[in-house]
Amino acid sequence: MIIRGKVIKYGDHVDTDVIIPARYLTATDPLELAKHCMEDLDPNFRKNVTTNTILVAGKNFGCGSSREHAPLSIKASGIKAIIASSFARIFYRNALNIGLPILESDEASHLIENGDEIEIDLHSGVIQNLTTGKTHQAKSFPPFIQDIISQGGLMNLVKTRLQK
Amino acid sequence: MGKTISEKIFSTKAGSPVQAGDLVIAQVDMAMGQDGTTPLAIRSFEDMGGKSVFDPSRIIFIIDHNAPSPLEAVSHLHDLMRQFATQYGVRLFDVGCGVCHELMMAQGLVVPGDLVIGADSHTCTYGAIGAFSTGVGSTELAAVMISGKLWFKVPETIRVILNGTLPRGVFSKDIILYLAGQIGADGATYQAVEFSGPVIDRMEMDERFTISNMAVEIGAKAGLMAPDYKTLAWLKNRARRPYQSVYPDPDAMYQSTRTFDCSGLVPHVALPHRVDTVKPVDEVADVPIREAFLGTCTNGRAVDIEIAARILRGKVVHPDVRFIIAPASREIFLTALEKGWVETIVTAGGVFVSPGCGPCVGTHQGVPGDEWNVISTANRNFKGRMGNNKAAIYLASPATVAASALAGKISDPRKYLG
Repeated sequence: MIIRGKVIKYGDHVDTDVIIPARYLTATDPLELAKHCMEDLDPNFRKNVTTNTILVAGKNFGCGSSREHAPLSIKASGIKAIIASSFARIFYRNALNIGLPILESDEASHLIENGDEIEIDLHSGVIQNLTTGKTHQAKSFPPFIQDIISQGGLMNLVKTRLQK
Repeated sequence: MGKTISEKIFSTKAGSPVQAGDLVIAQVDMAMGQDGTTPLAIRSFEDMGGKSVFDPSRIIFIIDHNAPSPLEAVSHLHDLMRQFATQYGVRLFDVGCGVCHELMMAQGLVVPGDLVIGADSHTCTYGAIGAFSTGVGSTELAAVMISGKLWFKVPETIRVILNGTLPRGVFSKDIILYLAGQIGADGATYQAVEFSGPVIDRMEMDERFTISNMAVEIGAKAGLMAPDYKTLAWLKNRARRPYQSVYPDPDAMYQSTRTFDCSGLVPHVALPHRVDTVKPVDEVADVPIREAFLGTCTNGRAVDIEIAARILRGKVVHPDVRFIIAPASREIFLTALEKGWVETIVTAGGVFVSPGCGPCVGTHQGVPGDEWNVISTANRNFKGRMGNNKAAIYLASPATVAASALAGKISDPRKYLG
């Protein structure tokens, strides 16, 4: 699957409290959560995100709480994928489980700039920067996790298995 | 080749010998959800087509993040949890029982050698009694409620050895803050940590919990300690299931070993807005504070309230400071009442709120004002964490927090501990 979009870039240690503050966990509806996504970090986030936006960030993206509301609110905001130098482990699992594509690449995280137009091949992990012409290779997922991704997340995987 | 605690627990729970790096599907002993994450898990459970839970005695719901409810919308979510618990026979600890991690251990729901998941990142606390416990999201909690199983990557382990003798007025919280500064907020990402050494051996269980609790703040999946005679004594009248303690082999393979000497350690403070931006208390002394908070799964236990009472006895909290205390459980609250600590602290001007997460998560019971500096015994000081992104949170030990509440500025507790 190929994803193409324009980059919004943040720094290191983007935590779950700025992604979705606990005061908004009164809702479980992703669209409701999306209204407050990133508001403590970047008040212009909602204005700048289109349906073709890709987030690029530094290390330890999603550190902090286990709240799945964090990747849900990002996905419901319209973000197509996240590329980071590294992800905090609970966020990493949560994102995969809800079907939000995430890629780890230190090189891409450093070299891709805010506003760049990029294209990601989710299957091969190849990231092409259409603005600069550079290509980066993200870490590949073990087959087991590729299985979860190809089903669109853990939820769909369990659903399929329960129906069998 | 020998195995770490993590490799041994996963070998048992996966039903075959495994080592670090292996992907396994393992049987979970206990699954826990709190009121911030469980409503979403119930939704996922229904979306997945869940019709029953794998074993109601192994699922626990706890209402602690907003307890009692500050909003109508939250009351609805609490009722959703109560209805689910009644329908499926799941045990629910309601408003006033306490913080989820304190209850899971103090109620004997977790025992050494267990594999436990919780839809809360500080589930890693139970590592202090030798259980592999880790935080997961709501969808994974739902998957476990249905199947009793979950996939894991068996982590590599970093061994942290704490040598020396902890000086007077310096506490386990100071150690873990110092370690966060040394290791970094992502220094142990995707890995487990095993804590050991004479400093751990001499600690009481309450002090050990503080260290394992904050393992996730250095990115770790689990913060483990091998059980010893103190662990077994603590579990004696609590454990609800028989158990087999798990110890690392002498020739276990570690990703790395880090040794620290605690003999010269001083009280430490984490500066806003990062847990790993840490300084000795003297370097931030005199920062004026407007709110002090003692509580949470990190430091809301009897020893923590006791030290605050010792520091505040016969004195008065600074007029510019709101000093808020949330006992981590009803049991701890009762102990604090019986021992007279509550009377001492309230007389000094402290404000007790109901057992639970209190202001740590920023939903109620002490949201700070704009430009306020807060000093807290919690584990996180992210921007906006306590409900106002224009406030700044400093993290410290209960002694440093109590001393700072008295002085109206960040203060070294050693001056107050005669």
